[in-house]
Amino acid sequence: MRWRTNKSKVAMVFGVVLALALGGAACGSSSASGGGKVQLSLVAYSTPQEAYAQIIKAYQSTPEGKNVTFRKSFGASGDQSRAVASGLTADIVAFSLEPDITRLVKAKLVPADWNAGEQKGMVTDSVVVLVTRKGNPKGIKTWSDLTKPGVEVITPNPFTSGGARWNVMAAYGAQIKTGKSEAEGVKYLEDLFTHVPVQDDTARKSLQTFTSGKGDVLLAYENEAIFAQQKGQKIDYVVPDDTILIENPVAITTRSKHPKEAKAFLDYLYADKAQGIFAANGYRPVTKIGAASKFPTPKNLFTIADFGGWADVTTKFFDTDKGIMAGVERKIGVSVAKK
Amino acid sequence: MPRSSSTLTPDDRLGTAQPAGGGPGDVSRRGTSSAGRSRPTPGATLGLGIATIYLSLLVLIPLAAVLWRSAEGGPGDFWQAMTTPEALSSLKLTVGAAVIVALINLVMGTLIAWVLVRDNFPGKAVVDMLIDLPFALPTIVAGLVLLALYGPGSPLHVNIAYARVGVVVALLFVTLPFVVRTVQPVLLELDKSMEEAATSLGASSAATFRRIILPNLLPAMLSGTALAFARAMSEFGATVLISGNIPFQTQVSSVHIFGQIESDNVHGAAVVSAVLLVIALVVLVSLDVLQRWGARRG
Repeated sequence: MRWRTNKSKVAMVFGVVLALALGGAACGSSSASGGGKVQLSLVAYSTPQEAYAQIIKAYQSTPEGKNVTFRKSFGASGDQSRAVASGLTADIVAFSLEPDITRLVKAKLVPADWNAGEQKGMVTDSVVVLVTRKGNPKGIKTWSDLTKPGVEVITPNPFTSGGARWNVMAAYGAQIKTGKSEAEGVKYLEDLFTHVPVQDDTARKSLQTFTSGKGDVLLAYENEAIFAQQKGQKIDYVVPDDTILIENPVAITTRSKHPKEAKAFLDYLYADKAQGIFAANGYRPVTKIGAASKFPTPKNLFTIADFGGWADVTTKFFDTDKGIMAGVERKIGVSVAKK
Repeated sequence: MPRSSSTLTPDDRLGTAQPAGGGPGDVSRRGTSSAGRSRPTPGATLGLGIATIYLSLLVLIPLAAVLWRSAEGGPGDFWQAMTTPEALSSLKLTVGAAVIVALINLVMGTLIAWVLVRDNFPGKAVVDMLIDLPFALPTIVAGLVLLALYGPGSPLHVNIAYARVGVVVALLFVTLPFVVRTVQPVLLELDKSMEEAATSLGASSAATFRRIILPNLLPAMLSGTALAFARAMSEFGATVLISGNIPFQTQVSSVHIFGQIESDNVHGAAVVSAVLLVIALVVLVSLDVLQRWGARRG
């Protein structure tokens, strides 16, 4: 009797698993249908998923895109990049920051001249903004407001989240650009991170943490803030006067079996229609289209190149042992341990 | 089978070289099975071979690769990567939380198993099924649910998120089934007449539990606890949401390892993983030794 209940239980669990697996397979095959057409594999980071779905739909209604189907994969930028480096098939890769492309350039999976074009390989822009509760009850406007007593700041951990590095560089850069020394910039990061009660592993989880009620300010990309507002979250956001220009790269891989079609799709990403779709999803277009004017231009907008580019910044700030951020986390950790 | 026609004398069972009884047909057969006790039969060899290949492909080779990777830079590098302040504090938190979780599981898991076997109450079958659900749920969902219930917006007004206690609760949730499911079948098989005999001989219920029930359950309790401990050390999904991941405070090793991988420090990740593996191995082995020692004594 007992054995029989166990058996039926096992059967039930098995049935559920089977149903889930079939569901998953169905989802997988719907985006992977071929049938004599050219299939391009797009491997991208997770946030522009919605935008790419709309762009692909628009592309397939054009003469060039008529016979092109897509296999889409979305995930954390670093994970996606590592997956492609380890052999995941990709014709087009789109990541949240340049080092994820650089990894593939080193592995000879992306040509070294990927950023030779007019837009330097970047397909969308954004800026780091300060997301607040509806009505901004704490009156957050500038970077120095974040380190006032009683203000809780949410930002992902810059070691687990490649995207969180934009936040760190925005906070640091804002100090440097307002005339502070490098040491003062580092001091600011130390102050700032003592105000951070949660360091989620990804930017999306930070957004979730913030919308579930934790913290006063969320450091996020403008497109994420707009996304959250579009989803009906009760938040406001401030574009600070001093902030960093986020640039998201895209490239075609050297292993692409359909380089011509991949190139055509890449070109389409810069067409007014596609850039308009990106803009509607909260990204700043990289070309001069009408929608670009709806995004306010911060007074002092700086770029990662102002700090020597990602290669230098990664070593200087984000080396897990000797980087500035490792030092900041340690210093805070030690002071906490003493309490 | 010719053997069925013959009867085995005690001498045969001991495996004397020349069996006295039995037909000629089964002499050779019995010769193989008794004299060659250390030499497995063809069927057993096949089974052993399959098991070895399977385990090697799935477990031994991947684990060896992790150890190999961690040892790449020599012992100096290994030590350095293991003793970075972040790695050390995450290891301390992880092992500490796993120990607490294992001990709570040892007590609560046994209690739940006891209630499920020895008590009758309405809805028992449902509760019995609930035990396995933490296994079925993706642990990240478990983290999400716990966060919704015991986080900042808690409808129960219990906020344990983003603190070490949150880590422990998440791990308790994930590891619940281990002790329950190892103790339950043993308890079910336990001969009640032993307890009845003890009681009829005048033993108090406490003494019966201590002298009769506990020694019988202990091996199962310990192996369940060891499993829970090992699982707790490696948990990622449930803890990553609820812990807050603040280095030095609430960042567990699995999240630290993830950070090292994201930062392209694969060696650092491999070293901390190797340390976790060694700790798990030491705990599993020592619990096994403890169990054998207990069995000899009891």
